[in-house]
Amino acid sequence: MRNVYIYKGFERFWHWSQASLILFLALTGFEVHGSFSVFGFGKAAEFHRTASWLLIGLIIFSIFWHFTTGEWRQYIPTTKLLKEQINYYLSGIFKGEPHPSIKTELSKLNPLQRIVYLGFKLVLIPMTVISGILYMLYKTIDQNNLIVVEDYPLASIAFWHTMGAILLMIFLVVHVYMTTTGETPTSNIKAMITGYEEIEEEDDSSVSNEKKQDKK
Amino acid sequence: MLKYLLSVAVVLILTLIMVNVFHDEDDYNLKLEELKHKYVFKAVPSVDHRKLPALQKKFETPQEVTEACLSCHTETHKEVMASSHWNWERVSYVEGRGISSAGKKNVMNNFCLGTNSNQKSCAKCHIGYGMTDSQYDFNNTRNVDCMVCHDNSEEYLKGASMAGYPDRTVNLEHVAQSVGLPQKSNCGSCHFFSGGGNNVKHGDLESAQLSCSRDVDVHMGANGLNLECVACHSAENHQILGKLYSVSTDNTNRVTCEQCHTNSAHLSDVLNRHSSKVSCQACHIPEYAKVNSTKMAWKWSDAGKLKDGKPYEDDDSLGNHTYLSIKGSFKWARNVKPDYIWFNGTADQYLLGDTIQSVPVKMNRLNGSYHDRLSKIIPVKIHTGDQIYDKVYNRLVQPKLYGETAGDSAFWKDFKWDEAVAAGMKEAGLPYSGQYGFVETEMYWPLNHMVAPKGQAVGCTECHTRENGRLAKLTGFYLPGRDRNRLQDSIGYWMFMLTLAAVFGHALIRIFTKNYRQRYEKQIVSYDEGKPGE
Repeated sequence: MRNVYIYKGFERFWHWSQASLILFLALTGFEVHGSFSVFGFGKAAEFHRTASWLLIGLIIFSIFWHFTTGEWRQYIPTTKLLKEQINYYLSGIFKGEPHPSIKTELSKLNPLQRIVYLGFKLVLIPMTVISGILYMLYKTIDQNNLIVVEDYPLASIAFWHTMGAILLMIFLVVHVYMTTTGETPTSNIKAMITGYEEIEEEDDSSVSNEKKQDKK
Repeated sequence: MLKYLLSVAVVLILTLIMVNVFHDEDDYNLKLEELKHKYVFKAVPSVDHRKLPALQKKFETPQEVTEACLSCHTETHKEVMASSHWNWERVSYVEGRGISSAGKKNVMNNFCLGTNSNQKSCAKCHIGYGMTDSQYDFNNTRNVDCMVCHDNSEEYLKGASMAGYPDRTVNLEHVAQSVGLPQKSNCGSCHFFSGGGNNVKHGDLESAQLSCSRDVDVHMGANGLNLECVACHSAENHQILGKLYSVSTDNTNRVTCEQCHTNSAHLSDVLNRHSSKVSCQACHIPEYAKVNSTKMAWKWSDAGKLKDGKPYEDDDSLGNHTYLSIKGSFKWARNVKPDYIWFNGTADQYLLGDTIQSVPVKMNRLNGSYHDRLSKIIPVKIHTGDQIYDKVYNRLVQPKLYGETAGDSAFWKDFKWDEAVAAGMKEAGLPYSGQYGFVETEMYWPLNHMVAPKGQAVGCTECHTRENGRLAKLTGFYLPGRDRNRLQDSIGYWMFMLTLAAVFGHALIRIFTKNYRQRYEKQIVSYDEGKPGE
């Protein structure tokens, strides 16, 4: 085991501010949706708009960061060990088997995470953000004002935005739970806070993989 | 560790602070302040009519006053005689009807029904003298009534059922010398009392506004700007701005809030954007009839009941008539929440002679829909009722209501519908089959007055709410907070719950199997080694 600086400063800032913004947006958003009342509709709508601009700003920064640091390569999907990873969560984890894939600085994400996070970044977030922008700019204003979105029915814009919100909440539940499947239940969360994580040596990983294959 | 936890907390707090910083509270609205300053100065007349030689004489008839006015204002009668206040009709293009003229001459309503055959009584609200029947000479300059609008002495009064002539008690010399710009009491003498009593028709225009607080009417409030009607309803060349859709049809010459407040009156962009679909009035007139009651329903079918052969009346605790033998039964209400409809500024009225298309008969149809770009949600008073119609020709009929004496076939004297209708329709020049019934009607009154101070405006959740919002009846469009995709919501809810359950189950199995494994491993160790394991 070695102690590795795995999550950079920006990465942690981005992760936690995005997390809090998304939670806050969910809180205000579902109030606007009519699910419950916390701030009052008017305040909720205003806060939701403000927070949404902050999130859009953050996303722009993080896109920039991903490309300038080359971190975007972390999300290139792979099918190698994907099945093993799924099997691990479905059965291996109960038998105390080791993780099929090993976390390193160069490959932080297991194959399942790669696919899920890529979907998160390429489908879920764009769907929610774009429908949100359409929602925010939706108006059929009279002659003298700008018309940004007019003929597209608000009901469908709201549908896609709500869809995004629901999927994000489901993602949140699974995501938070999955953090407990690390070396210890809190090791993953600690790593996202401190940046440092205890990681198995490369050699150990090859051994464990071989063992696994032997068993088959 | 603590350090890192703290930094996360700081990031969280910073995010929330950012949200608060970027969200700015409303600033002081300078636009509104400028408007107040503009209207705080009241015009002072440059002429004192008491000093004019032309008015220093004894007037025998009101027509002599008109002649005296015209001796200085030599062309003004032409302007007045081109107005609908004089002509009781206006020509316009109406969808489905073509170019037509509509006005008090031929439009029907569900209050006192119509003017035909009742001119002598109705002409109390005509700006002329001597309208006794439908043969009135609209070209007679001498009959223009200048005083009803321009009397500033508050002494002028039109007589009851005197064909538009002033009451005999009026001192014409004094009134003629006290003329000036129209005041609330001038306009109100007709517009407050239309329908036969205070606040009967409009609901948002009544005598209380002569001296009310800002809470009742923020514009006319005596403790506010105390605006006169003509401050907004300006009248270049006697063509008064503004129209009422009980008699008007087209979207021109209207008074709008925007003419003073502009179409971006709020500092909040979100609120300004509402104006694409929501009229100012919809939020800023939360209630109408705030002081005295207004009539909400009128059933003519109940009219004509007599006690001991004599007509009678019933009143409620507030002094409103609930029954009059001559008119039928009424429903009144105070502090009423408006109804809301889509309106694009064009309307059509039920004209005398029209065939009934649907029941309840719409006395006026206000056009508009969500999909019409010019339509906005406006607040309205809906006055319902029933009234007499011809069963054979299937159209509303005009009974003769007013009569000087019994035996003149007037309903208000003789209480005989058959004779009253026959006489009324004869006067109107239309056939009557002789078979009458009563049909339900409704009439739409857009609300524009009794604007509340901004603190009392309708709040977000009065419309953006799941159940029983103010706009609950306006469907066919997506209103955030009210509408949702129910299927999506329930599928989403169950998916979320299933996920929670799955995660919870997974965690339980993990804990259980881990415990089991540990015990099992301990057992193995203890058997193999014969001593306690690590």
